[in-house]
Amino acid sequence: MRKLLLAGLLGATALFGAGYAFAEDELAKLQNDPKQWVMPRGNFSSTAFSELKQITAANVHKLSPAWTFSTGVLRGHEGAPLVIGDVMFLHTPFPNIVYALDLNNDGKILWKYEPKQDPNVIPVMCCDTVNRGLSYADGKIFLHQADTTLVALDAKTGAVAWSVKDGDPSKGQTGTDAPFVFKDKVYIGVSGGEFGVRSWVSAYDVKTGKLAWRGYSMGPDSDTLIDPVKTTALGKAVGPDSSTSTWKGDQWKIGGGATWGWYSFDPELNLIYYGSGNPSTWNPSQRPGDNRWSMTIWARDADTGAAKWVYQMTPHDEWDYDGVNEMILTNEKIDGKDRKLLTHFDRNGFGYTLDRATGELLVAQKFDPAVNWATGVDMDKASPNYGRPIRVKAMSTEANGEDVNTKGVCPAALGSKDEQPAAYSPETELFYVPTNHVCMDYEPFKVSYTAGQPYVGATLSMYPPQGEKNMGNFIAWDGKTGKIVWSDPEQFSVWSGALATAGGVVFYGTLEGYLKAVDAKTGKELWKFKTPSGIIGNVMTYEHGGRQYVGVLSGVGGWAGIGLAAGLTKATDGLGAVGGYAALSNYTALGGTLTVFALPQD
Amino acid sequence: MRIFHPSLGLAMALSLAAPILAHADEAPGDPAAVKQDEDGIWRDKAGDPTFKVEADGSVDWETYSGFRRYHSECHVCHGPDGEGSSYAPALKNSLKTIPYAEFYGIVVSGRKDFMNGNDKVMPTFAENKNVMCYLNDIYVYLRARSQDSIPRGRPAQHAAKPPGFDAAQEKCMNAS
Repeated sequence: MRKLLLAGLLGATALFGAGYAFAEDELAKLQNDPKQWVMPRGNFSSTAFSELKQITAANVHKLSPAWTFSTGVLRGHEGAPLVIGDVMFLHTPFPNIVYALDLNNDGKILWKYEPKQDPNVIPVMCCDTVNRGLSYADGKIFLHQADTTLVALDAKTGAVAWSVKDGDPSKGQTGTDAPFVFKDKVYIGVSGGEFGVRSWVSAYDVKTGKLAWRGYSMGPDSDTLIDPVKTTALGKAVGPDSSTSTWKGDQWKIGGGATWGWYSFDPELNLIYYGSGNPSTWNPSQRPGDNRWSMTIWARDADTGAAKWVYQMTPHDEWDYDGVNEMILTNEKIDGKDRKLLTHFDRNGFGYTLDRATGELLVAQKFDPAVNWATGVDMDKASPNYGRPIRVKAMSTEANGEDVNTKGVCPAALGSKDEQPAAYSPETELFYVPTNHVCMDYEPFKVSYTAGQPYVGATLSMYPPQGEKNMGNFIAWDGKTGKIVWSDPEQFSVWSGALATAGGVVFYGTLEGYLKAVDAKTGKELWKFKTPSGIIGNVMTYEHGGRQYVGVLSGVGGWAGIGLAAGLTKATDGLGAVGGYAALSNYTALGGTLTVFALPQD
Repeated sequence: MRIFHPSLGLAMALSLAAPILAHADEAPGDPAAVKQDEDGIWRDKAGDPTFKVEADGSVDWETYSGFRRYHSECHVCHGPDGEGSSYAPALKNSLKTIPYAEFYGIVVSGRKDFMNGNDKVMPTFAENKNVMCYLNDIYVYLRARSQDSIPRGRPAQHAAKPPGFDAAQEKCMNAS
């Protein structure tokens, strides 16, 4: 019996008193209450859109800090807090502290959970000890620790309800992604694409922590949960051994394909969506073949994990263009027809729109004009290369070969967009996308694999596109046509998750530490405030006591803190303008603060 | 293993202004290259590996090799060009005070600096051939960076690969 024990637990909202019979119903309903922020991207569809509209384009200029909270950790702070009823749940980077804060009492700490983890996990976390947040269901808060432990905490007390170890950090397997709860299961992925980790997604029972299924990014069909006949790619059955046949020998065993991004869910189709990352190593010559199913958009059955469809965006990656970015689910009209869509802004610089029921590719266009490694994606269904990128040979690190420095590739390995998730407003039918505007030189060379050690095999230098001084843009994108509607230049890469609201205001943070509000229709900057440290967290909103609040974590770090801290490399003559090499360290320092904003009260 | 000055752990990119206090007796000696050994590696007068930059900016092969290996193995924590990050110290600063033997010891043994809210851990690389087979190269590259003897980025020109380098590399990478 899966009856919830929620009654009287967190109590303030009427929703909690009702005692819903199934966790799946509970979250499906809670996500529609704009007063709360109940999952990492606000709803199953990952739109990060809020119906709240107390804060509008007309009054947002009056927005002021209402309260702040220091996490006590000085590391890259990704993700966003949750608000369930009258309680905010806040996570931190390693050591992965969880705080429950009482919104009725100025954020007083109701409980604090701090796991004991072996600090040897720290150096096997590529690119900082980040954590992307928590999930809630069934009266429990779910935390995915750095050491891959998934722990369920009693939302009322912080007591451990159950705990399970998903991977092995001594092999470079770590936890950075937020858990996601869909129906009766909690999903986590694994990090370690730079350590040769053959990655997977695990589904655990919300009640008990029992493993329900695990699907790998590569390997035999029994591991990938791919059915040679039923699983399709671009409308065709993938056939037997679709993964292992695209690797040399048993290289798939150290093939990467990390799964640390954001997960989405369509309850009607009963499908979950996520992306897999780069194949290991970064040296393409060392791993011939398409390296399936790295760099792939996955649609899996939520109950069994069976792969319904797959789409590999960058077969045989040559630039570290991970496919892990978020999948945003929308219902829009294309050519007059209602479509169930999935939109994805890939590291490789292409914005993809697919039919999420079938995996049919509808749109694939560059969302940064600087992208130059491919001229486009072959959309001709009759072509043998249908759905594959049309590569530019000069930018091919495979064609140029080992020990050759391929220059001027755009985007850089950071991608035209990294993990920082975009938002979507059904009112404007636009996506709001935080982007990077950075190019690179990339030189691959031979490396050997040792378990638990970096397995990279390339060196790269990054710099802004030729003649330009902005390293980022915040753009509005029409996913139906694949066109940029407006673009706001930013000095640094925009590394913060966006928030769209019914007030006609879109929010995002910047690496210098500004929280900015822009007009959803025009992109015009309406307001900004400089928070204590650079923002790589995601903006969220909630309502409490009749006031709308906007919250964001500050705390520079992540790959942005590594690649941009000292400024980009002035390696290649003639590329980039002076301002494009600004060092982030001249603008901000380490931090770990939540800042919550509201309109002043009369 | 010797304990290093605690300020080393704070030498991150985001606080580059923080000076690193060196003990004179721990500082590396004069980096000037005085002779080339039989493997083609340049040595300073104390016999430690060092870099050699020609008047036209061309660097020795080991420094170039170190640039590549650093950016494969080290830069994901220590930032591009030894400049440091929000995560790990700027080695172009650290190497001003860490002599060769200590550098070697840290890479082999790892290192931990626990500071409230900002724990730092470097793993042991003793089993990592991509590091250990190129440790001298990485050292001389960072030593050159620490002396501002080479600019950021990929060295524009470099000396030819010394004879025997490929054979030695093959032997080291394939050693069990």
